[in-house]
Amino acid sequence: MSLLSIRDLRVEYTTARGTVAAIQDLSLEIGKGESFGLVGESGCGKSTLIMAIMGYMGRNGRVANGEILFEGQNLVRATAAELRRVRGGRIAIVYQEPATALNPSMTIGRQLMEVPIAHANASAASARGQVARVLADVHLPDPDSVMRRYPHQLSGGQKQRVVIAMALLANPALLLLDEPTTGLDVTVEAAVLDLLNELREKYGTALFYISHNLGVIAQVCDRIAVMYAGRLVEDAPAAEIFATPRHPYTRGLLGSLPRPGANKRTHPLVSIPGVVPSAGRAPTSCGFLTRCALAQPGLCDVSPISLDEIATGHLVRCLRWQDAAEPVDRPTAAHLVLADSDVVVQARDMTREFHVGRRRLLANDRLTLAAKRGHVLAIVGESGSGKSTFAKVLAGLDVATGGTLHVLGDDVATRPVRKRGAEKVVAVQMVFQNPDGTLNPSHPVGYPLTRALRKFGIATDRKTIDARVAALFEMVRLPPSLRHALPRQLSGGQKQRIAIARAFAGNPEILVADEPVSALDVSVQAAVINLLLHIQAEQRTTLVFISHDLGLVRYLADEVVVMYLGQVMESGPVAALFDPPYHPYTEALLSAVPVPDPMIRTARIRLEGEIPSPLNVTPGCRFATRCPRKLGPVCDDTPPPVRDAGHDHLIHCHIPLERLRQTEPVFRHAS
Amino acid sequence: MTRYILRRAAEMLITLLVASFLVFVVTEFSPGNVARKTLGAFALQEQVDLLYQKLHLNDPLMVRYVRWVGVLTGLQADPLQDPALKLDFKDPRGDRYFGNFGYSTLYKAPVNDVLWDRLGNTALLAGLAFAFIVPISLLLGALAGMNAGSILDRILSTVSVVMTSIPEFALGVILVAIFVVWLHILPGTSPMDTHSGWSIAQQLVLPVAVLAIYDAGYVARIVRTSMAEVMAKPYVRTAVLKGLPRHRVIISHALRNALIAPFTVILLQINWLIGGVVVTELVFAYPGFGRMLLDASLFGDVALIEAATLIALFVATTTQLLSDVGYRVLDPRARG
Repeated sequence: MSLLSIRDLRVEYTTARGTVAAIQDLSLEIGKGESFGLVGESGCGKSTLIMAIMGYMGRNGRVANGEILFEGQNLVRATAAELRRVRGGRIAIVYQEPATALNPSMTIGRQLMEVPIAHANASAASARGQVARVLADVHLPDPDSVMRRYPHQLSGGQKQRVVIAMALLANPALLLLDEPTTGLDVTVEAAVLDLLNELREKYGTALFYISHNLGVIAQVCDRIAVMYAGRLVEDAPAAEIFATPRHPYTRGLLGSLPRPGANKRTHPLVSIPGVVPSAGRAPTSCGFLTRCALAQPGLCDVSPISLDEIATGHLVRCLRWQDAAEPVDRPTAAHLVLADSDVVVQARDMTREFHVGRRRLLANDRLTLAAKRGHVLAIVGESGSGKSTFAKVLAGLDVATGGTLHVLGDDVATRPVRKRGAEKVVAVQMVFQNPDGTLNPSHPVGYPLTRALRKFGIATDRKTIDARVAALFEMVRLPPSLRHALPRQLSGGQKQRIAIARAFAGNPEILVADEPVSALDVSVQAAVINLLLHIQAEQRTTLVFISHDLGLVRYLADEVVVMYLGQVMESGPVAALFDPPYHPYTEALLSAVPVPDPMIRTARIRLEGEIPSPLNVTPGCRFATRCPRKLGPVCDDTPPPVRDAGHDHLIHCHIPLERLRQTEPVFRHAS
Repeated sequence: MTRYILRRAAEMLITLLVASFLVFVVTEFSPGNVARKTLGAFALQEQVDLLYQKLHLNDPLMVRYVRWVGVLTGLQADPLQDPALKLDFKDPRGDRYFGNFGYSTLYKAPVNDVLWDRLGNTALLAGLAFAFIVPISLLLGALAGMNAGSILDRILSTVSVVMTSIPEFALGVILVAIFVVWLHILPGTSPMDTHSGWSIAQQLVLPVAVLAIYDAGYVARIVRTSMAEVMAKPYVRTAVLKGLPRHRVIISHALRNALIAPFTVILLQINWLIGGVVVTELVFAYPGFGRMLLDASLFGDVALIEAATLIALFVATTTQLLSDVGYRVLDPRARG
């Protein structure tokens, strides 16, 4: 008998515009101890499903049809007291944002102790003991001190471990995971996923994992279902989903992810056109119709499509699944040889020092790097590595305190943007991470474009401006009619397109993009990345791309700089950087990347602890405190030498090059 | 925490010092000269001029301020009590003691004889009102906020709006019409003596009711907003989905966080209750602090105005200190 069995579920919300169904008609089964993944873009109804299972839909939501059977009990009909026993006791949730999921004014210990007290009638003392044990299970050092602390005194990764501990305390039969690693650093994400796998073995808990990231799901789940517009469109064992995806939507999601070894020249990303339709009425045809390349008039648009079993345990809701048979392959672009060109950005020993009280904080410490015209330079590292500080100095939003930074021949290291002159300002433009925060909510989205055109002196009369704005909208593939829309009427991807259009308004020589897609859905990510690269290649703009996503960096970069605590660890052309010899830090970062392919085995290298405070740095290698390949005291005491591995590939490490060359590659095909 | 409180207390003293200077400047520069105000309208101009000289009112402002502080702190004798002036201003406490606010020309008595009785009356009124305002507003606000959007919320919110929209004088008149004119169960004025045959407790009912009804509606609305916001927070969802019973979710997770924002507003009500309830005091002829300040201002009783303003300032800075300290106690994030 299955642990959780959802049958014909329909969840409706009453809104000002009438009743909408967030979940149309959904059935699925999860067995005891099984690990089940549910993927889909935002707005597909994934989170609604989890909240429906928990019976938590707010004042305006209700289950309109179907049943949710958990351990034989129909949760839809459960009384408040019955639901209370299930919630946190038999089914627990790990939330997306641990920072907001914990009560800010209650100690961690008290928040955790509530669970055994509520579910097992435990005494305070025994609850305290259980909490300490589970905190140790989730590998939080010094549980007693953690219990005395408040949430704001823990890091993001630690908070997520606390939330996981909270979920496990009552030893539930089912754990619901709602994007539990979104927003965490890649190294922290890898550690959390490891932890989940470990705990699953230890506790035998079934996992129901929802995410928009197939890479993450591939790490944890045995079986994967794909959800689109409130219905399942495909449901199959994990290996099968990746090897023979049958639904065009599944194939679209896979195509939007950069796979290891792929890059923009050999395997361009394929994005899914269009957006997820808003929750609405029951479909009269295939729900994916408008975005599907295989859609056939007279077949797909006639009646709703049923979910059929096409092979044992493989369900697909598509009439043309047989035509979606060939493995997902990307159009292979001609292998372009990148022309060598002049250097437009050159940092030499650039340093940005802050003073915290009487102590010094080196956000950028003797940074040396170069970007060539028309190339993509990616800067990667965990949060706190100083990559955004460099971006700010480059854009003139901050100034360096030492060294030089030549942009197009002039040293601008200590020149903030207002002292740079119009020409230099136009030459360096930025795209930021969060498109919501960079658009003024009360101005139509065309406004920042017209303003940029005026300010940069590109156009002054209305007609020219209108023509330029229309051209920019076309360049970022947005309908010109959106010009007068307000930011809240646009999707995240559309807003980021506006940000890109604004940045390109003055034909910049250098575009600094600080995590431009990390807040977007994968399918939208692919579209925005493709667009950015297309414009960049066409205009021969130099792109400085700042990201923590190594998969993406490998896909789009020409040169890569790996930073850690304000210093460069390794730099070189992208092809050289992702194969041995690696810097130990790069190796660890690479092994943390969740690979959307169960056929690829990733070497498991995990960093201990968190990125340390930049205030307490050793005179030697910054990475020494966490380095799994540390040689000895020399790493702490002596700054590492720069080892030249040829072709501009530089590694800052005490380990001799020959030994670094002998490192096993991080990714291997399992065969 | 102790260091923080000490630091804030020191800042509070500096604030008071600066404020006392401003108060001094403003009152000394108000129309009419101090000597004239002291002697009254019927004094001869020569007498006024003589007093003006004797009080050294021609000295620079700073000098006079320092002298005033000197009298206040008991380092100097009050010049008005100098028998040579023949004003017959006598203070049983002597002419040199700490906290000497001078002589009230309106009441023809030392300020200290007038001030503290009135302040005591107002403190009694304010304390009673506050004792009703806080629980009523918390109850109404929390009940409405935790059921945001429900019928109960709408009823309670409407009640709060109505309570706070009726002006104090109108509410006073309405209550008087009902309980005094119609039912004859309460007195219409509250002079705080028992000559009229009504007990002090009976005299307090209506003024306290007016203040409590008017202010509880306002505070309840603020509590409701904060509570509704907190109820929508993910950590409240976490608490519910932990399987906690609803009362535990409300009490241990929602309420405390919901009180952080209104806490400051609630303490600010103390300032208002001490110095700003003139209307209610007038309606019920209540011998309170606010009314005294109003009378003193209209008369031009400089010493009394200065004293009363300083007291009000002291109350305001004290509640500020309390709210800052309380904020840090309630919100661990503010402790840094």
